[in-house]
Amino acid sequence: MSATSSTIVSLPDQKTATLPKKNYINAEDGLMSWLTTGDHKRIAMLYLISITFFFLIGGIFAGLIRLELLTPQPDLVASDTYNKLFSMHGIVMVFLFLVPSVPATVGNFLIPIMIGAKDLAFPKINLLSWYLYLAGAGFILAAMILGGVDTGWTFTTPFSTHFSNTHVVTAGLGVFIAGFSSIFTGLNFIVTIHRMRAPGMTWFRMPLFVWSNYAASILMVLGTPVLAITLVLVVLERTIHIGVFDPTLGGDPLLFQHLFWFYSHPAVYIMILPGMGVISEVMSTFSRKRVFGYTAVAFSSVAIALFGFFVWAHHMFIMGVSNYSALVFSLLTMLVAVPSAIKVFNWAFTMQKGSITFETPMLYALAFIGLFTIGGLTGVFLGSLGMDIHLTETYFIVAHFHYVMVGGMLMAFLGGVHFWWPKMVGRMYPESLSKLSAVITFVGFNLTFMPQFILGYLGMPRRYHSYPAEYQVMNVLSTAGATVLGIGFLLPLIYLAWSLKYGAIAGNNPWQATGLEWQIQSPPLTENFVETPIVTQEAYDYEWLAHKTEQEVTTVG
Amino acid sequence: MHISPVLWEFLVKWLTNSALFPAEASTIAPWADALYFFLLLITIVGLTLVGTLVFGFAIRYRKERNPVATQIEGSTLLEATWTIIPLALFLICFVWGALLYFRIYNPPPNAMNIYVVGKQWMWKAEHPGGQHEINTLHVPVGQPIQLTMISQDVFHSFSIPDFRIKREVIPGRYSTVWFEATTPGTYHIFCTQYCGTKHSGMIGEVTVLTPEDYKKWTEGSTSGMSLAQNGERLFASMGCNACHSGNSAARGPSLAGVYGSKLTLTNGSQVLVNEAYLRDAILNPSQHITAGYAPIMPTYQGQISEEGLIDLVEYLKSLKTNYRVQQTLTTSESNNQSAPATPEVVKP
Repeated sequence: MSATSSTIVSLPDQKTATLPKKNYINAEDGLMSWLTTGDHKRIAMLYLISITFFFLIGGIFAGLIRLELLTPQPDLVASDTYNKLFSMHGIVMVFLFLVPSVPATVGNFLIPIMIGAKDLAFPKINLLSWYLYLAGAGFILAAMILGGVDTGWTFTTPFSTHFSNTHVVTAGLGVFIAGFSSIFTGLNFIVTIHRMRAPGMTWFRMPLFVWSNYAASILMVLGTPVLAITLVLVVLERTIHIGVFDPTLGGDPLLFQHLFWFYSHPAVYIMILPGMGVISEVMSTFSRKRVFGYTAVAFSSVAIALFGFFVWAHHMFIMGVSNYSALVFSLLTMLVAVPSAIKVFNWAFTMQKGSITFETPMLYALAFIGLFTIGGLTGVFLGSLGMDIHLTETYFIVAHFHYVMVGGMLMAFLGGVHFWWPKMVGRMYPESLSKLSAVITFVGFNLTFMPQFILGYLGMPRRYHSYPAEYQVMNVLSTAGATVLGIGFLLPLIYLAWSLKYGAIAGNNPWQATGLEWQIQSPPLTENFVETPIVTQEAYDYEWLAHKTEQEVTTVG
Repeated sequence: MHISPVLWEFLVKWLTNSALFPAEASTIAPWADALYFFLLLITIVGLTLVGTLVFGFAIRYRKERNPVATQIEGSTLLEATWTIIPLALFLICFVWGALLYFRIYNPPPNAMNIYVVGKQWMWKAEHPGGQHEINTLHVPVGQPIQLTMISQDVFHSFSIPDFRIKREVIPGRYSTVWFEATTPGTYHIFCTQYCGTKHSGMIGEVTVLTPEDYKKWTEGSTSGMSLAQNGERLFASMGCNACHSGNSAARGPSLAGVYGSKLTLTNGSQVLVNEAYLRDAILNPSQHITAGYAPIMPTYQGQISEEGLIDLVEYLKSLKTNYRVQQTLTTSESNNQSAPATPEVVKP
C-alpha cells in the first residue's frame, strides 16, 4: 500500500482469507442458543435486530406524518389518527430506538472488549434486560394494535389521565418495563467499568467511548426510576383517581411535568452521550491521531451528565414557574451547553496535523459535528428565557431536537455501526454505496429539518394536523427532504444485509485502529481474548500500534 | 426547458403567498427579533468557525497531502479559550433572554384586563364590559392588554406569533400575559400545547382595531351586562350575600374592598388577595379561612363554571361598599323566598 493512497483500509488477501473458524457467531447453533445466551456480543446483535425493527416502525409513522403535512388541509388521515401517529412515532423512537440505540448494541458489544474483559459483569442480567426491552416493546406494540395512544410521547396530564380514551395504560406500562431494561444495562456497564478492567487499563487509558457510556449509564440508573414512578402515578391517577396531578382533587398539574422532565431531559443526554463516544473513536481512527484534549473530552461527558440533571425546568419556562426558578434553570442550561462546545472543538482539532481519510464512518462523524453544532446552538435559543416564549411548542423545537437526536445521535449510530460492522460480522460493507448513502442522509436530513426552523419562527405549532396555507411551501420542502432521508436510511439496511454473505473478509484490523477490540479476531471469540491483555499503552497510541505491527511482521516473517 | 404558463402562475402565486418571517405587530416583537438575530449571528459564526476548522483540516491534512500524522496531546490554552469564549457568549444570551422574559411577562400597570378561558377546543374571551367572543379577540391598537387565562380541562397554550407572545393556559390556575398591538389587522391565535383530537382546530384570530373602530365594536357587541354585573347577580342568586353581608353579626367576612388587601388567615399566614386567591377561596374555602371566622363555608367546586368564577372575581374586585349587598338581601327576604334557594350552575 503506497503512502499517498487515500484510504487506510487494509484487508487480508481475499483469495486466501477466511472468517475465523471459531467465533461467537458459530460457537453454538440454533435459535435457542441465541435466546438463552449470556454472551454480550450475541445480546448486542439481538438488540441490533430488535431496535432496527422498531426504527422501521417509527420511521413509517414519521413518513405518514410528513405525507399528511404535505397539504394544509387535514386530508390523509383523521385528526385522531394523526395524533396517534405522532404519539407512537415519539414513543417508539425515543424509548425503543434512541435510548437503547448505541449503548445496548455497539456499547454492549464493545465495552467489555475495549476494557479487556471477557463479558459484562452480569451476563444474565444483560440477557434479562433484552427480555425486559422485548416485554416493554410488546406492550407498546399491543397498545398500537389495539388502536394506539394519542397523548404524545410526553403523556402530559391531565390529558393522559382524564381526557384521552386511548390505550394510555398499556403504552405507559410498556415504557415502564422498557425503562428497567435501560436501568439494568446502565448498572451492568457501571459495575463492569469499575470492576472488570484488564491489568493496566487505568481510567485515563480507557477509550472515550467507554467514558461517555459510563456517563450515560449514571444517567440511566439515576434518572429512569423517576420516569417509572411518574408513569405509575399516571396509571394510578387514570385507574383509581388518586389525585396527585388533578387540581380538583387537590393535585398539582405541573407536578407531572416536573417529574417527567426530571427524567426526560437527562434522557436526551442518555441518547446523545454514547453517540459522542462513537464520534471520538471515529475521529481519532480516521485522523490517525490521539483525540485532542483526551481529559477535557472525558470530563466534559461527566459534566454533561452532572449538569444534565439540573436543567429540567427549562421545558416549563412559559408554564408559570416562578421567576427565580426560570432564571436559575436558564443559567444552568447555558452552562450545560459549554461541555458540548468543548467536545466539538476538540473533535475538530483532533484532525489538525492528522493524516485524514474519508471512509464512511468518518463521513457520518463529520456530518454529526456539523448537525450537532446546529442542534446545540439552536438549543441556546431555547435556553434563553425571552426567546423561548416565542419558540417553544413550535416547529423550531421540533427541528432543534431532531438536529440533536437524528442529526446527532442517528448519524453517530450509523457511523458506529459502519465502523464496527467488520468487527461484528467479520465482513466489510460496500464502501462506495455506503458513502453515497451517508451523503444522501446528510442532504435529506437538512432538507427535512432546516425548513422547520423557519416554520417555527413563523409560529407553526407542533403536533398540528392542519395548518394555515401560507406555511405550505416550507412543509412541502420538509416532506421532500423526508423522502430523500428515507432512502438514505433504507440503503444501509439493504447493503449491510448483503454484506453478511458477500462482503469482503475484514481481517482483525481493517482500519488499523488502536482499540483492544481491533487487536483480536473478527468476529471475536465468545471469550473475546485468548489470554487477558495487559495494557501498557494509552488510548489512541498509534506509535504503539505501528511498533506492534512491525514486531508481528518480524516474528511471523 | 418549458414550464406551462398555468404551472408557472401557480408556482408564483404559491411562493408569493408563502411566509418566511412573521409580522412584527406588537411592541414586544422588535425586542424579541433583536435577540433572535443576535442568536442567529452566534449560530452562523459558530457554524462557520467549526466548518472552517473541519474543512480546513480535512483539506490540509488529508492523507494524500500529509501521509504521516503528528501526535499532539492537547493544549490547555486552547481548551481554556473554547471554554471561556462560548461561556461568555452563552451568558450574554442568558442575561439578554432574562431581560426579554421579564419584559414579556410583566404587564404595565395601565393594562386593560381581558379574561380568556380555554377549553377543548375553543378560546372564549370575556371583556370587562361583558362582550363575549369565541375564537376571536378584538383589541384596540396602542393599548396594553393583559390576558388573564385559565383552562377548563387540559393544558392549552395561548400563542400569537406575530406578537411573539405565548403562555400556558393551565387547569385550575390563572396565568397572565400581556401585549400592546402596534398595527391594525388580523393575526393568528394558536393553541400550541397538544390538547387532544382537534388541537389544530383550536385556532382563532386576534383583530387589532383603531381606537374608534374598537369603540364601535364594544358598543355593537355588548350583552348589556358587564362581568361585574353578572357577578353581582350570581352572588345574590347563590346566596353568598347571606353570610358575606358586611353586617357586624355576619357569619362570613365582609368582602367590600377585600381585593388588593392583605388578609390574615386562621393558620396565621398573610396573603395578598388577588384574582387567584379569590378563585381558590370560593372553590376550596376550608384552606382559606380568614382569621376570626368559623370554617363553615361549603366548597363550590364543580358548581360554578370558570366563566361564573370570572364574573364573581370581577364583581368582588369592583365591590367597594356593602350597601347594595345588604339591599339585595333585604329585598329577597321581604319578597319571602322568591329568589331561588338552591344554588345552581350559572352559565352566562
